[in-house]
Amino acid sequence: MNEPIHNTTSRDHGPETIPVVELRGITKAFPGVLANDHIDLALRGGEVHCLLGENGAGKSTLMSILSGMVQPDEGDIRVHGEPTRLASPKRAIEMGIGMVYQHTTLVPTLTVLDNLMMGALGTFRLDEAGSRARLAEVAGMLGVDVDPDAETATLALGQQQQIEIIKALWRGSKVLILDEPTSMLTPRGVEELARALERLKGHGMAVVLITHKLHEATSMGDRVTVLKQGRVVGRLEPDELRGRSHDELQPVIVAMMFGEQEEAEPELVELQEHVVPVRGARELPREALLELVDVHVAPRGGELGVRGVDLSVRPGEILGIAGVDGNGQRELAEAIAGQRHVSSGEIRFQSLHIDRLSVWQRERMGLRYVSDDRMGEGTVAALPVGLNLVLKRIGQAPFWRRGSIRHAEIERNAREKIEEFAIRTPGPGTRIGTLSGGNIQKVVLARELAHEPKLVVYNKPTYGLDIVTTRTVRERIEALAAEGVSALVISTDLDELVALCDRIAVISRGRIAGIVENGAGAAQRVGELMVGGQAEVA
Amino acid sequence: MSDLLTTDVLTALIAGGILAGVPLLFASLGEMVAERAGVLNIGLEGYMLIGAYFGFLVAYHGGNTFLGFLGGAAAGAAVSLIMVALCVQMGLDQIVVGIAITLVAEGATALIFDANFAESRPTLGATGRIDIPGLSQLPVVGGADTSDGSIFSQPPIVYIGLIIVALTAWTLRRTHWGLNIRAAGDKPSALDAAGVSVVATRAWATIFCGAMAGLGGAYLSITAAGLFEDFITQGRGFIAIVLAMLARGKALWVLIGSFVFGISLSISDVLQIAGVDISTDLVFMLPFVTVIVVLILFGRRSYLPAALALPYVRGAR
Amino acid sequence: MSSETTAPSVTPGAGETAPVPALGRFAETAIRSLVPVLLALVAGGLVLLALGTNPITFYANVWSGGVDFTAWEDTIMRMAPLTLIACGLIFVFKAGIWNLGIDGQFLLAGAVIAGLAPELYGNMPDALMFFILFVVAGVVASVWTIIPAMLRAYYGVNEIITSLMTSFIGINLANILIKGPFQDAASNVPQTKAIPFTNLLPTIPGTRIHVGVIVAALAAVATWYAMSRTSFGLRLAILGANARAATHVGIPVARLIIVSFMVSGLFIGLAAASEIMGIWGYVRADWNPAFGLLVVPLVFLARFNAIAVIPFVAALALLTIGGDFATQEAGISNEFTLLLVGLVLLFMGVTELLGRNRNLGASYLQGIRRKVRVREETS
Repeated sequence: MNEPIHNTTSRDHGPETIPVVELRGITKAFPGVLANDHIDLALRGGEVHCLLGENGAGKSTLMSILSGMVQPDEGDIRVHGEPTRLASPKRAIEMGIGMVYQHTTLVPTLTVLDNLMMGALGTFRLDEAGSRARLAEVAGMLGVDVDPDAETATLALGQQQQIEIIKALWRGSKVLILDEPTSMLTPRGVEELARALERLKGHGMAVVLITHKLHEATSMGDRVTVLKQGRVVGRLEPDELRGRSHDELQPVIVAMMFGEQEEAEPELVELQEHVVPVRGARELPREALLELVDVHVAPRGGELGVRGVDLSVRPGEILGIAGVDGNGQRELAEAIAGQRHVSSGEIRFQSLHIDRLSVWQRERMGLRYVSDDRMGEGTVAALPVGLNLVLKRIGQAPFWRRGSIRHAEIERNAREKIEEFAIRTPGPGTRIGTLSGGNIQKVVLARELAHEPKLVVYNKPTYGLDIVTTRTVRERIEALAAEGVSALVISTDLDELVALCDRIAVISRGRIAGIVENGAGAAQRVGELMVGGQAEVA
Repeated sequence: MSDLLTTDVLTALIAGGILAGVPLLFASLGEMVAERAGVLNIGLEGYMLIGAYFGFLVAYHGGNTFLGFLGGAAAGAAVSLIMVALCVQMGLDQIVVGIAITLVAEGATALIFDANFAESRPTLGATGRIDIPGLSQLPVVGGADTSDGSIFSQPPIVYIGLIIVALTAWTLRRTHWGLNIRAAGDKPSALDAAGVSVVATRAWATIFCGAMAGLGGAYLSITAAGLFEDFITQGRGFIAIVLAMLARGKALWVLIGSFVFGISLSISDVLQIAGVDISTDLVFMLPFVTVIVVLILFGRRSYLPAALALPYVRGAR
Repeated sequence: MSSETTAPSVTPGAGETAPVPALGRFAETAIRSLVPVLLALVAGGLVLLALGTNPITFYANVWSGGVDFTAWEDTIMRMAPLTLIACGLIFVFKAGIWNLGIDGQFLLAGAVIAGLAPELYGNMPDALMFFILFVVAGVVASVWTIIPAMLRAYYGVNEIITSLMTSFIGINLANILIKGPFQDAASNVPQTKAIPFTNLLPTIPGTRIHVGVIVAALAAVATWYAMSRTSFGLRLAILGANARAATHVGIPVARLIIVSFMVSGLFIGLAAASEIMGIWGYVRADWNPAFGLLVVPLVFLARFNAIAVIPFVAALALLTIGGDFATQEAGISNEFTLLLVGLVLLFMGVTELLGRNRNLGASYLQGIRRKVRVREETS
């Protein structure tokens, strides 16, 4: 990152240039959803084109179509003006479309070079020497430094993303598509990414940046297309964007994204964008409900583990844990819940040592855990909603009596929870795997918040949820806190933590980098702590 | 104790280790490659049996052991196509289909052998050996003058086997096929995103596995026994799976493991030469006990690819 | 995306709200279970034709060989060990665990009680002797599952392989016991001392059928109850459906794996006791009825339901009893049974595929989702 950034504004392409890739009338339906509804999109060289929209707006489907993973039901794709069918990922790569997926597509057990050589055509033997040269070339183009022989799993997430970008450019792509590239990055990582993209623009690349964050679109995009429910609901051309500040653009985009909803639900907008600490300092009891003293958790296969964490949560307090994904959050949460052994240190709950207690015993004490993997871990897809609601009470009264299951009790409980948490399901007997993510999350919450919780660990509680469900989840966390139920909210979304928490701790490389009282400037300080933590590694 | 360490005993140990180890070598090499690609072939025993029967059949009617080996490999590869179609292509449970293949192979070979050879029960003549000039004259490892040979006096198929091991190791490490196979087992979505077909990669790995296991089976019937009998593989397919697991994806370890297990399979003959008489049941038990002991000692370190036995569905994580 | 592989209704009657008429649902399930069997019979028939045997005559011979005269009693008695083994397999398969060491567990338990029986016989009432022998058989087979169970529970080693390995060891160990300490001194054949034929398990009045059949029936009911009504059954189902969720909800996974393995061994040991005390009274060396893998597909076809497995067990019993006669008549190897059962498994897979597209009732293969490695991929 030593070279100066290319000045790209001089390379303005007029509207007469043929787009590198053009989509016309792309439509794709999945059972029950019209994911893309007649979408037109033109990608031009030397431009960053932002696709903006909330979860479920159809961005990912559009991406999959561009990368050849999914075939559209209707519509044309033109590459350099020629109608083309992107029948497979291979074909898309051949047509010069490179993808950086939100989830890593690197094979963790292979070296960087192996990962990059994968799928290269032509020779039977791997061309190692040639690949090293190509890596140096592409890395130079991006302005990054990469060790070709490092095993991928050992790299930090930011570095892995650089490899992903290099991989996407490997075969001379003219179009680079990035799906939510900032979700795993620290604020400084985002800056580095922005600089790399500037350089690529300078090389005449067409860059597509998919995001749900408004400020990223206004700061990084030369052109913005706003998607909502599978349709294009607004566009901002380069001349509309240039020279206007974020504050000027924001209301325009918000109007596009929410249309007439804006008046009906103004708080949605706030949720989306404004970072306002809503919680002032509250009077809380002084003694700690949960205390972690120098807690260590041994890492397992590619994880960091926890390396000496001290934390305390007071009754009714909402403590946030901020940090980039994969810095030990899950390990910490699982250690508190009892799913993992603590290798050293102490966990005290209500002044009792609980490090040796089972998940089940901790649950009975009122210590609850809302997992971040609601489908893979939090619920059993094949079991009905009713049973999923009592999974942590198996064998106990009133749901089991004298060793025998009581379906009537389970069903009564289920109806109660479905009502209370507004779970949209055909009935208690429906297999939970058939419900939407938001409703599954409601089931998980209903289960964890039942039977007098005292402290709930929420791991990314609103991840992947729509705005309305997100809001109800947050409201519930706050309402419980008001009743004295503590919360430990782990989130990668800083805005969420600022909106919810009393204090925010920053986790980095398995350690707590610092704790910030929420209030004015808190987001700034948390961001600084995150960067500091990352710098220690790099 | 001194009786156990005579030249004759050592030579017999090596010869026996090779004789019994080569079928394991072929089968576990194939299985290792398939496992790296993410396919667990519980039907390995079935591939070997089919290879043993058809290898024997072709060698018997064709009058040529080499043709027999080719026949065995082709038959093994043909059976593995069931696995390819049902599991790799259509994503059915690999274990259920694997068990089915083993059962069908056991039933079918017994049935056809009974129908064709029940009366005659023919045997094949001894397979000729190649003596490596000079080296075969060495004591213990030479073996030119002994009845079962030693390292430098073996039938050609053994040397071919060593070449295949080396080629496999090289292919896995240095070629695109190898890279694709390694990625298909650890992160198939990455391979797919790179524009390489996961299904095709896994299919070829499975067919290779079938051919190798078939070759191993053919070696059992043609070279080792000189005849076919029901259930001739006696669980060697399963031992080969263990070897592949313990080899952690390395061809060299497959070679070493096969030889060690070959010795434990053939130790009864050796003990006879050494004048020790023990129950055959105990001897039959030995290789399996070895597997369990090895697993208890090293099981924690056995490596299996992350996506092993999981069907690949595009778009699913 | 494991949610795509649907499970059988784990909780019968747990407020299923699906508006499918009861009969329609039942019919679909039944069709789905019968189709693979029919396809296997057809494919087996083609094999018979190729071998120059008339399949119709052959299958007719299977029927008459398994039913006519007093053969039906043999068929019913054969059902006892098969049902008990099926019950044992339900406990592991439901939890997603493969215990394939059935034959070793069966034979080792059989050899031990065959060696023990002559020592007890005459020294105590027969009823007490049978009770002790059944318990010992159950314990021996159960203990024989411990190594694969622990390797799986604590090291994550694939239990298919280890249970097969311990099975081979068990079979050989049984032979060593029979030829060694348990050898009948009065016989020059390697076998254990027999207890008199008249003092085997009592029979149901008016028949030759021993009461092992009743033990098996009770076991089936107990298994059905445990799997569908108790918390133990639900825990096994959760472990089978989603091992990570099992940890999350506080199920002690390692312990449950070991317990389910041992329960499965227990039933397999009872199967051995029923067969040996009901039919033979002694064990000969190298005797191996090899019931193990034959029962595996039945458990899938019945979708882990211990009551539903009974008709399939009846069919298999008929096939094994009548098959001996039919293969003899046709002059072919009696390993035909093995081929037929393998074909059932294979066609089960094919039917599963068709069913996935046409949604023909519930899947059989639920629970058997592979968790070969305990490494979790963080998404």
